[in-house]
Amino acid sequence: MPYTAAKPDLVPSSEELRARIPGWGVDLDPADRPSVPRMRDPEPAPGAHWTLPEQQEERWPRERSIEHMRLTPAFGTSCPPKGLSGVIRKAAYARYSEARAAHWLLLMLGDRVDMVESAVTSALRGRPDNPITETGILSEPRRHGISSRFGRNRADVKHQWLDPVIVAGPWVLAGWGAVRAARRLRRGAA
Amino acid sequence: MLRLDHGIGHTFGHEFVGVVHEVGPSVQHLKVGDKVMVPSNIFCGTCYFCARGLYSNSHNVNPNATAVGSIYGYSHTTGGYDGGQAEFVRVPFADVGPSLIPDWMSEDDAALLTDAVATGYFGAQLGDIVEGDVVVVLGAGPVGLFAAKSAWLMGAGRVIVIDHLDYRLAKARDFAHAETYNFAEHDDIVVLLKRLTEGLGADAVIDAVGAEADGNLLQHVTSAKLKMQGGSPVALNWAIDAARKGGTVSVVGAYGPLFSAVKFGDALNKGLTLRMNQCPVKRQWPRLFEHVRNGYLNPSEIITHRIPLEHIAEGYHMFSAKLDDCIKPIIVNDAA
Repeated sequence: MPYTAAKPDLVPSSEELRARIPGWGVDLDPADRPSVPRMRDPEPAPGAHWTLPEQQEERWPRERSIEHMRLTPAFGTSCPPKGLSGVIRKAAYARYSEARAAHWLLLMLGDRVDMVESAVTSALRGRPDNPITETGILSEPRRHGISSRFGRNRADVKHQWLDPVIVAGPWVLAGWGAVRAARRLRRGAA
Repeated sequence: MLRLDHGIGHTFGHEFVGVVHEVGPSVQHLKVGDKVMVPSNIFCGTCYFCARGLYSNSHNVNPNATAVGSIYGYSHTTGGYDGGQAEFVRVPFADVGPSLIPDWMSEDDAALLTDAVATGYFGAQLGDIVEGDVVVVLGAGPVGLFAAKSAWLMGAGRVIVIDHLDYRLAKARDFAHAETYNFAEHDDIVVLLKRLTEGLGADAVIDAVGAEADGNLLQHVTSAKLKMQGGSPVALNWAIDAARKGGTVSVVGAYGPLFSAVKFGDALNKGLTLRMNQCPVKRQWPRLFEHVRNGYLNPSEIITHRIPLEHIAEGYHMFSAKLDDCIKPIIVNDAA
């Protein structure tokens, strides 16, 4: 009992577990566990044949944390900053360290602006986003959307109604705002 | 939330295997045509952190943040590298990251070893398990299932898995020999865990859930839905409360860089040891290869679906909404 020094008898014997569970206890000795010790004596990782990796070409002023002393030798190139979202992202990196909430909140804002910019750009190019095929919603009828959810003690069913509201809500609000603005302009012109 | 700034056009995928199509001029150990498995971390192998084995914390690969290393196809915050859910992927530091897939290993096992298996095993390691420990694993997804299975290898005396999806708990019983409980069927899962341990609490609790944890509506909605927190700390708070005093909480569920409403005072007052990291995948491989070969770990047993790359949007929705008893889908590139 925990109210005395005795350890509660909560587990089967090691012999029983070894017989029942394949491989039970093979890594009982921490020395057999690959990340023990957490930080080992320094040595290059197998295969490394450099002291400092060569510098990857910087094709645009690569945004970087002001906590870094230099541009890292390697970096990803998937999404160069562009448009208003790019301005926001660059501002997040130029001014605020990772310790500041403003840094992360600006990056989140930039991401949402990027989403809108990309949707508009796609539409102007004649390839508008398709909410039916690109959200994966077709898996609802094809993958047992109803029977997967109900009568199964799932905690998430209580709030899943929020998902379409959160996804569609900003677009509905933006559309409503656009219609109101257009009406005002028309009235002003009349 | 670690994926807070994806960047539109970013290719996802941090768990992949493939065939070498082209090598850069400095690559010495791989050649075109090699079948390789690629660890989820991108790491240089020689910086201060890599040299000490912290491959997931490499300092030479992510200009976007010092607080996290780099991960394929994860976000701009983790370096802005495109991931493996594509016909081709760029693999930096090819001489230190990828390994040849051994002849005896299936591609499915190899793919799962590039993250989920290694992370689950790493989570058990972080629990500092000693013989006879009571280990609680929060989350019966792929990482939780492998954490539960790995806890036995380290000598756990009892492994308890908590989730709210009955089909995943069934898998935890069959695959990982675990004792299971559905938190949605209990008023207070922490009280249940205390009763199961005669009031003591678990020796180690592994959080294999992370940012989208359910079980507390306010926490879930303010984080997973509205992004007002760096992750829903429901599982982490349960871990803190369910661990015994002086016990260990291991965190391998991913959280973002923003603040979260974590019950840190309980962790302090209970004298807990909190251990966590993104898994340094390749450091785990030699031992995990042995375990797969010996039949102690059977990664591909948790695969439930194979999704063609061209149907990936539906695959994501199925996985995210937990439809069709989905546990682990594999994306298949038929064109390759």
